[in-house]
Amino acid sequence: MRQDDLYINKIDWITIAIYAALVIIGWFNIYAAVYDEQNIKSIFDLSINSGQQLVRIGTAVLIILLIMVADYRLFENLSWVLYLVFLVLLLVTPFIGKEVNGQTLSIGFGAFRIQPSEFAKFTTALALAKFMERPSIDLSQPKYQAQVMFIIFLPALFIMLQPDTGTAMVFAAFFIMLYREGMPQWYYVLGLTFVAISLLALGIENNLYLAIGVGVVIAVLILLGKKRWTRIVGLVVLGLLIVGYTYSLDYVVAKLPEHQQNRIMVLFNPNIDPLGVGWNVTQSKIAIGSGGFLGKGYLEGTQTKFDFVPEQHTDFIFCTLGEEFGWVGSLVVIGLFCGLLMRLVMLAERQKNRFSRVYGYCVVSILFFHFMINIAMTIGLFPVVGIPLPFFSYGGSSLWSFTILLFIFIKLDSHRIQLLGRMG
Amino acid sequence: MNDQRPLVIIIVIAIVGLVLLTKLFLIQVADDSFLKKAESNAIQRVVDHPYRGLVYDRNGKILVYNYPIFDLMVIPREFQVKDTTRFCEIFKISKEYLKETYTAARKYSPVKPSPLIKQISTTDFARIQDYLIDYPGLFVMTRSVRSYPQASAANALGYIGEISGPQLEKDTTKYYRQGDYVGLSGIEGYYENELRGVKGVKYKLVNVRGVDKGPFKNGEFDTASVAGKNLTSTLDLDLQQYGEMLMAGKRGSVVAIEPKTGEILAMISAPTYDPNLLTGAQFGANYLLLNRDQDKPLFNRPIMAMYPPGSIFKIVQSLIGLQMGVLTPNTTFGCNRSLVACHNHPNPVNLFGAIRNSCNPYYHQAYRMMINREVSTNTFKDTEIGLNAWRESVLKFGLGGPLGIDMKNEKGGSIPSSKYYDRVYGEGRWKYSTIYSLSIGQGEMLVTPLQMANLAAIFANKGYYYPPHLIKAVDGDYEKIPVQFRTKMDVGVDAHHFDLIQDAMAEAIYGTAARAAISDIQIAGKTGTAQNPQGEDHSVFIAFAPKDDPKIAIAVYVENAGWGGRAAASTASLMIEKYIRGSITRLALEEYVLAGKFM
Repeated sequence: MRQDDLYINKIDWITIAIYAALVIIGWFNIYAAVYDEQNIKSIFDLSINSGQQLVRIGTAVLIILLIMVADYRLFENLSWVLYLVFLVLLLVTPFIGKEVNGQTLSIGFGAFRIQPSEFAKFTTALALAKFMERPSIDLSQPKYQAQVMFIIFLPALFIMLQPDTGTAMVFAAFFIMLYREGMPQWYYVLGLTFVAISLLALGIENNLYLAIGVGVVIAVLILLGKKRWTRIVGLVVLGLLIVGYTYSLDYVVAKLPEHQQNRIMVLFNPNIDPLGVGWNVTQSKIAIGSGGFLGKGYLEGTQTKFDFVPEQHTDFIFCTLGEEFGWVGSLVVIGLFCGLLMRLVMLAERQKNRFSRVYGYCVVSILFFHFMINIAMTIGLFPVVGIPLPFFSYGGSSLWSFTILLFIFIKLDSHRIQLLGRMG
Repeated sequence: MNDQRPLVIIIVIAIVGLVLLTKLFLIQVADDSFLKKAESNAIQRVVDHPYRGLVYDRNGKILVYNYPIFDLMVIPREFQVKDTTRFCEIFKISKEYLKETYTAARKYSPVKPSPLIKQISTTDFARIQDYLIDYPGLFVMTRSVRSYPQASAANALGYIGEISGPQLEKDTTKYYRQGDYVGLSGIEGYYENELRGVKGVKYKLVNVRGVDKGPFKNGEFDTASVAGKNLTSTLDLDLQQYGEMLMAGKRGSVVAIEPKTGEILAMISAPTYDPNLLTGAQFGANYLLLNRDQDKPLFNRPIMAMYPPGSIFKIVQSLIGLQMGVLTPNTTFGCNRSLVACHNHPNPVNLFGAIRNSCNPYYHQAYRMMINREVSTNTFKDTEIGLNAWRESVLKFGLGGPLGIDMKNEKGGSIPSSKYYDRVYGEGRWKYSTIYSLSIGQGEMLVTPLQMANLAAIFANKGYYYPPHLIKAVDGDYEKIPVQFRTKMDVGVDAHHFDLIQDAMAEAIYGTAARAAISDIQIAGKTGTAQNPQGEDHSVFIAFAPKDDPKIAIAVYVENAGWGGRAAASTASLMIEKYIRGSITRLALEEYVLAGKFM
């Protein structure tokens, strides 16, 4: 009994409060997105999305209760099993799943459907935590780096096959956790430089300007540094590689499926085709931008109505918030997200064993990535990637998987005293 | 080294949050171009109401069509008017009206449109159209209103009206919305699903002043409305109008059926009303007036009025008796007036004479034989068994329950069963002497004029009928009318039994309804009198003609007109002549009928 007392008292209610706030605000926004003043239905009406979402929120509460009463060692013990089960499910989804818009994401029977790719995020997190549980796993060693990469990229690869690039991209988020666990810093410098150059290459119309820019930087580096032959040759080769890469990027982009190409192009020039490809982004920016400082008022939005844009209540749910609650509303929600993420970092740091800490950082990584990419795409800072805003977007699988992801960590955190002994 | 890293992560989170908020600040607060864009392209969802189906008569003459009317709508929050006097002049309204309507609209909703001026005519619309641009928050909504160019067959066609709250709740398909029009009675009600068509939805871009800026995404999400199906009625407009003329100033019903198909040629409910009264803005006021009218024009007598069948029912008794084998053409009874009253005629009579002379004692005695078959030694039990068996046979004639005509609110009349008498007199406490009035179509028995017309059709067809109906084709296709109207119903009496009946009915014309006779068209008919405790009896007559190849079967009820041989038979005869010949040769008879007022 003493143990139970202990763990109830150790539950982090701050995290739970932020979670509840986000879910409830999200629910009201889903209603606003489908609200039609010429055909007013109750927010509880099961024939519209808000009513459906309420059912899913109810289910999420049940899931939370199940997690909280389960044995805290359960998740650790099941880590590999769950990881393998979902790997298999990901593999079979394209064959037995239901095809929608050329993607086969969900499996299930009748009305009950789940997207294995959503749940693979937390099973991978569990597997990573389990793998890195031993203090001997040192990420500065290439052997362990390779093993960790394997655990991450296997499910990501299977998700690419569905094909669902957006969700597969989320697995890159685990690098945030790996950073904390000692992955060499220069990987990140290199990676970010690579991303920056790619964005420049795509953003600058004529690659010649970029090539000249790279040439200038290399020249400056050569002039300022020691004039040793090996260094000069190295820098010139690096410069040539970068320029070569920028030219080859155009070729690679041209080989991408058209919708992905368009999504990238729209980022740099949303006016290319405002009623076509750029429509989502243009419309989303107009909706958010027209919200002003305080917003138009709840249900008073004019841009995000009607249900004919399927993303309106899923991936683009942030538009409704921005339009109806303005910058202040955005500030509150972004504040809640940042607060939640920072709180989770603090919780992860106070864990006494590595399993819990790694898992905690995985939660931070995934939530952070979703939050950042989703909002960035609605305001035109990132290409349109179909990933939901955690706890906000309409949909059962996404709400449930984020809930499970978060609450397993809250559960582990509440048992941090019992988990003490196994730190090593 | 690792101790720095959590801090780095927290800083990265904070930076990302700040970047997002900065970008949001730029587009939401610092830059008002998005607000302007939003104002210029709000998406409006406009329901595209389909064209309601038309109704034609059997010869292709139009009975119901639509014409457009315009409502001037106001969105109170956006409505601005500087010079009220000028505004009122342009739109031809008083300042008080404007103030009153605007206040009411604002109270209803500041953002939703409400009608400011209803039912603007096409000419007025053309005039005000140019001024609309000066007044934000105003727009014109086009609707169509039903129109009945012939002003005829009001009760058969029915009317449409705004859907009621309970109806809206019952609509599980969620097709209707508040304010939608729906068929409420007659053909309009029964064929609602065929007539209404399918609504479409259009999404259009409008600016903040409501000015149309074209379809949204080139109409990618729009769905076109589908016009309702056109119906071809079985009604013969000429005959219908002629019948309405004959029935003017009278209370009653005329139902004429084509026996071979069950198609209703004419269906007159008198007094009637102009169906155009129940359209458009005047619906509410006119409905109240019609509803309060003591002559009850909205009461659809052919299918809702119920009377005892009277003597005409003797034909059904004869047929059931023949089929049961209780009666033969040679069965003879004395006209024993101690049993039941009768009138002077040759005595005794056989079956033929009984029909021809409408002999009451004959049927009193015949019916006893049909009821008391001595299947039980208990005379009460025996009567009960006999009554129920007999009732089964009667129901096959389309009596005792609705025929299922394609109109709403049809009444079924009643044919009593043993349960009814058990309830009134107690089980085992009634016998033949209790129920004998049924033998001559009186007592606890009720039928509608439609059922009577259907009886005439059964006699004409020698034993079968198609359920009477008002629509013969949907979008020109006979196969699309409900299947029951294409299903032959057998009454369970052999065709040869009808020969004697038809002969007797043809003879009866010269006995009881001499006025009905037409020199070159052989009519078979039967008079009846529906007893009316409140006053003068109702005059009833059924007939079919020509006897050898029946084209029309008819039932006529004239209330308070006394004996059926006069008013009802004359009216029926004129209707038959009108339908078969196309014109009237007996102008004196027509004059006589038109002059008859029984109200």
